[in-house]
Amino acid sequence: MLRLPRVLYLQMVAHCITGLPDEACGLLAGDARTGVVARCYPTRNAAASARVYTVDSRDLLHADRDAERDGLQLIGVFHSHTHTDAYPSPTDVDQAPDPEWHYVVVSLRDTHPVVRSYRIAGGRIDEESVVVLGEAAVAIAV
Amino acid sequence: MAVTVAGAIEVRLPTVLRSQAGGKATVSVRGATVGDVLHELVAQFPGMHGQLLNEDGSLHRFVNVYVNDDDVRYLLALDTPVKEGDEVSLLPAVAGG
Repeated sequence: MLRLPRVLYLQMVAHCITGLPDEACGLLAGDARTGVVARCYPTRNAAASARVYTVDSRDLLHADRDAERDGLQLIGVFHSHTHTDAYPSPTDVDQAPDPEWHYVVVSLRDTHPVVRSYRIAGGRIDEESVVVLGEAAVAIAV
Repeated sequence: MAVTVAGAIEVRLPTVLRSQAGGKATVSVRGATVGDVLHELVAQFPGMHGQLLNEDGSLHRFVNVYVNDDDVRYLLALDTPVKEGDEVSLLPAVAGG
């Protein structure tokens, strides 16, 4: 389960929208044990493409260092799909860097953004719940 | 003639590689170039080979290697020089479609 404070959820979706027409991407840091996200790092898409993304390598290093300095660790990545479902593409599965991570896909195909999260390990995709933490917590059940 | 002395280089490992290094987050190895550092790492922890290097010895495209703040792909890749006190960081490249 991925738990995201509302402000970070909104920061993530806003970064995806401002990245249009390209795919946008970013990193999530927090506690790997509980899946609670404490920090959202919007990053540049070095591929500058509407079909693929590569987290800018220097943004990745800075996010990793910043998280470590605060006793956190990178626990996931988010990226947008501009014209398709919020489901991992074959490229997402092939290139998933860490089986312990949360892989969030934000679909901007429809009027309202759709946010879903997955675990990807050994080529297998498992959807997980996303819980938005806030005054009125919203659970997006799987 | 210049003599290159291989100094001790601190290497930060990403979580996904730590299990290959007995759980350690950093290891210290000697080398004069990034290539030396990676080969020394692989010599100590052979399980890392496939994640760091291709069969032909070049840098695997799914790993980012940094010397201090710089991605070595924008420097001299495996030939990038390192000196004692430099920090080499390894991180998995994060990409998809």
